[in-house]
Amino acid sequence: MIKLKKNIALSESGFIFDPSTGDSYSVNQTGSEIIEYLKEGLSEDQITDKLKDTFDSDEEQLRKDLDDFLHHLRQLKMIENV
Amino acid sequence: MSEKLRYERPVIQKLNTGLMNKFGTNLDYSPIIEIEGIEVKKLIEEYGSPLFVLSENKIRKKYQHAVRTFSSRYPKVQFAWSYKTNYLNAICSVFHQEGSWAEVVSGFEYEKALANNVPGNKIIFNGPDKSNDDLKNAVIHNSMIHIDHLDELYCLIKLAKEINARPRVAIRVNMDTGVYPMWDRFGLNYENGQAWDALNKIQASGVLDLKGLHCHIGTFMLTPNAYGMAASKLADLAFRVQQKFGISLEYIDMGGGLPSSNNLKGAYLPGIDIIPSIDEFAEAIATGLINSPIRPEDLPTLIMESGRALVDEAGYLLGTVISNKRLSSGKRATIMDFGVNILFTSFWYNHKINPAQPTTDYLEDMEIFGPLCMNIDVIRESISLPPMKKGDQVVVQNVGAYNVTQWMQFITLRPNVVLIDSNAKAHIIRKKESTDYINSMELVPDHLKSFKL
Amino acid sequence: MSDKSFKIGLTGLNAIDSPGPGVGVARCLKDADDLDIEIIGLAYETLEPGIYLHDLIKKSYQVPYPSAGTEQVFKRLSYIQSKEQLDLIIPNFDAELWNYIKLTPQLKEIGIRTFMPSLEQLDKINKLNLDEFARNNDLPSPSTKKFSSLDELEEFGREAEYPLVIKGKFYEAFIVYNIAQLAYYYNKLNAKWGLPVLVQEFVDGNEIVIAGLGDGNGNLIGAVPLRKLFITDKGKGWAGVVINDPQYLDLAEKINKLLAWKGGFEIELTRKDNGDVFLLEINPRFPAWIYTTAAAGQNMPLALVHMAMGMEQVPFQQYETGKMFVRYSWDHITDISEFQKISTLGEL
Repeated sequence: MIKLKKNIALSESGFIFDPSTGDSYSVNQTGSEIIEYLKEGLSEDQITDKLKDTFDSDEEQLRKDLDDFLHHLRQLKMIENV
Repeated sequence: MSEKLRYERPVIQKLNTGLMNKFGTNLDYSPIIEIEGIEVKKLIEEYGSPLFVLSENKIRKKYQHAVRTFSSRYPKVQFAWSYKTNYLNAICSVFHQEGSWAEVVSGFEYEKALANNVPGNKIIFNGPDKSNDDLKNAVIHNSMIHIDHLDELYCLIKLAKEINARPRVAIRVNMDTGVYPMWDRFGLNYENGQAWDALNKIQASGVLDLKGLHCHIGTFMLTPNAYGMAASKLADLAFRVQQKFGISLEYIDMGGGLPSSNNLKGAYLPGIDIIPSIDEFAEAIATGLINSPIRPEDLPTLIMESGRALVDEAGYLLGTVISNKRLSSGKRATIMDFGVNILFTSFWYNHKINPAQPTTDYLEDMEIFGPLCMNIDVIRESISLPPMKKGDQVVVQNVGAYNVTQWMQFITLRPNVVLIDSNAKAHIIRKKESTDYINSMELVPDHLKSFKL
Repeated sequence: MSDKSFKIGLTGLNAIDSPGPGVGVARCLKDADDLDIEIIGLAYETLEPGIYLHDLIKKSYQVPYPSAGTEQVFKRLSYIQSKEQLDLIIPNFDAELWNYIKLTPQLKEIGIRTFMPSLEQLDKINKLNLDEFARNNDLPSPSTKKFSSLDELEEFGREAEYPLVIKGKFYEAFIVYNIAQLAYYYNKLNAKWGLPVLVQEFVDGNEIVIAGLGDGNGNLIGAVPLRKLFITDKGKGWAGVVINDPQYLDLAEKINKLLAWKGGFEIELTRKDNGDVFLLEINPRFPAWIYTTAAAGQNMPLALVHMAMGMEQVPFQQYETGKMFVRYSWDHITDISEFQKISTLGEL
C-alpha cells in the first residue's frame, strides 16, 4: 500500500505544498492526477486503470512511468512507506 | 466515450527559490514538425535516425544574401567555398552552382574540388600542410597557393625552377587586430615585418607570380572592427608592394571566421542577438579597403572564404529518444540516439533542440546525453524541454557547419545525410555507412585469421 | 485629482541585500500628484520582494532572463501587453538594457514607450570603454589596463604598486595586495566573465554617487549627489546623505552633455582626502536609493515619465541638502498561495 505523506496540499494549477517541510513542488497534469489518486488511497493497479481511461497511452508505458514517478516521490520523501 | 487526453509522462519538480519555470526560461520549445515541407516523422521513417538534413533553399538564400551584401559595398567580390566546413560533394556543388570558387586546406580537399569539376585556377589552396606532391599538383592546375610559412616558400621556389612553371601565389598574413587569442601560428606576421620580408623574397625569386594577400584572423568572430583593421593592414601591404615593385595585386582574401547564429557555450546572450549582421562585417571590410591609399582603379578583388556563416543554419540533425533516466540527484536525463560522435559541435555550442511532436507547456529541466559509453558524451548540460518519452523525436538546429566533416566513426556507423531541394524533395547525399564498408578498409594478417575460443 | 493615468512596467524588483532599483522607482512614481500611475512588475525570480508589495505594485509578471534573447523577451512582453496595455517600460537592470534597446521599435509598435540611451551611448560607458571615455574627455579616473594574457599581467604585476583593483569584464571587483592575488583573481574572473580582465589603480577615499537624468539632447534634467555613509560587506550603501558641492553637479552636467544621455544614470566617484575626485563607474540606470532624490525634491523617475509621455519637463533647479536615507529590512508577510500563483502561473 502506497501512502502519501499527510497534509500534502495540491492546488488545481499543479502546485504542491508540503506543510511539514515547507517544500513546494510543481507537477504536470499526469502527475497531478496520480497524486489525487494516491490521496484517495488507490493501489498502483487501480491508478494504472484510471490513467488508461483518461489518457491516450498503452498500459506498459503507463506502468513504467508510474513506477518511475513513485520512485521519485519516494526520493522526495513524499511517500511515507511501501 | 469521449476522446482521451494526449499522454505526457508524470513529472514532479521541486520549486527552488531560484526557480526556472516556463516564464523565466527560454520559451522556445515549440515543436518543429516539418523541415522544408517534409515531416520530420516521415524523414526518419524513410532514412533512419539519427539523420542529418540540409536545406538547399536555405543555403542558396544565405549565399545570395551574402554576395549581395558585399557587392553593394565593394566593386569586385568573389566567394570561395570553405571545403572543411562541409565538403559533401552535393553541398559543394550547390555553392559552385551559385558561383563560388573552392577553398581547400589539404591535398584531400584539393582532390575533392578537382573531382567536383572546379577549374584549377578557381581553387585556393590554404593551410600549413601542403606536401611536395600537393604543391606540384596545384602548380600544374594553375591554382592559387597561399603560402603559410617560409619553408613552403622555399619549397615552391625550388619546385617552380624544377618544373619550369610560374606558380600563382599569395601569402597568408597574421596580425594583431585586437582580438585574442591571436592566430599567429598561421601565416607570416605583419607587425614584426615577416610578411613584408616574405613578399620581398617572392619578388626576388623571379619565379613566383605574386597575385594577392590572404588573412584569416580567427573563428566565430563577433567584432566587425577586427576585420576592418585586418583589411586596412592588408591594403597597406598591397600598397607597399605596388610602390616598390610596381605590381597591382589582383586580390585580397579576407578568409572566413564569420559567426552563425549558434549559441556559444559561456556566452550570456543567445547567438542570434549578439552576432553582428553580415552587413556589419561587409561594411568594416569594404571601408578598410576603400579608405586605403590604393587608387580606386587598382582596388583588388575581395575574396571571402565564409563557411560556417553560410551553411550552419541550413543543417538539422534529427534524432530519437532512446531512454529517460533520473540521475542520483533526481534530475532528469534524456538519452538520444546521437552523441558527440556525430554532433561534434556540441563541444562548443549549446545547440537548440526542439521536440518534433506536439507537447504540453509543462517544462522539465534535463540533461541530454548521447548514446556513447563515455562520460564526455553530453549534448546539453541543462535545457528545459517538455517531458519526452522513448521513441519521441527531436530536431537539433544549426548543425550544417563542421559536423559532417569532423564527425567520428566511433562504436557505430555514421548516418544518412539528405538534402531537401527547392521542390521539397529529399535526396540522400551521403549514404549511411555499413559494417562492410568499414571492414573493406581493414586487413588481417594471415597468422591472425584463425582462432579457437 | 490627477487628469492623466498611465500604466508603467518596471523591472529590478529585487529589493534584497544587494537591491535593484525597481521598488525605489515604483515608490517615486506613486508619489506623483499630477498623474495617476499604476505599476506593473516585471520579475525574473519568483521571490523578488516587489512582486508581493501590492500597495506599490498592482500586478507582476515573470519575464524570461535577458539571456533568453530578444525574441523570447518580446514574446512574453507581447502577452503582457495584451493583458495590461502598458504605456511605458522602465528597465532597471544593467544586463537587460541591451535587449530593451534592441526591442525599442517593436515595443513602440505594440504601444509601449521607453526612454533609454542608444547602444552607442551604452557602449561608451561600458566598463571596458569607460577609461578611454574618461581620458578623451579629461575626466580624472583611476588608470585602467586590460589584460588578456596571464604572462602580460604577471609582467605588469611584478613592477606595479599595490593595492590594485581587479575587475571582471561585466561584474565583480576585488582589491589585491600582491602578484599572487592578482594572478589568482585574474584566473577566477577570466573563468567567470571571460577576457579581458581589468586592472585598476586603487584610489582610497569617500564614495560619492550622483543620480541623474538626461533628456537625450544633452540637457541635464536632474542630478543629486549623495555621500555614502555606510557600506555593507556587499559594497552596497546602507545609509547616505544628500550633499551639496558644485563640482559634482558640474561633473554630472559635463558627463551628461558629452554622452547626450537619455534616461536615468548613476555616477560613482571616489573623493580622496586631498579633495581630488576620480570617476569610477557610470551605471546606465537609476540607483537603488533613487527615492532619496524624490525626498530631496527631484523626483527623477516621474520626470522621466513626463518626458517619455511627451509632457513638458523643466530641469530641476535645486534640491534639499541633508536628506538622508537609512536602509532597513522589513519582513513583509504574505502567504504560500501568493508564491504558488507566481510560480505556476507566472503572474500575480
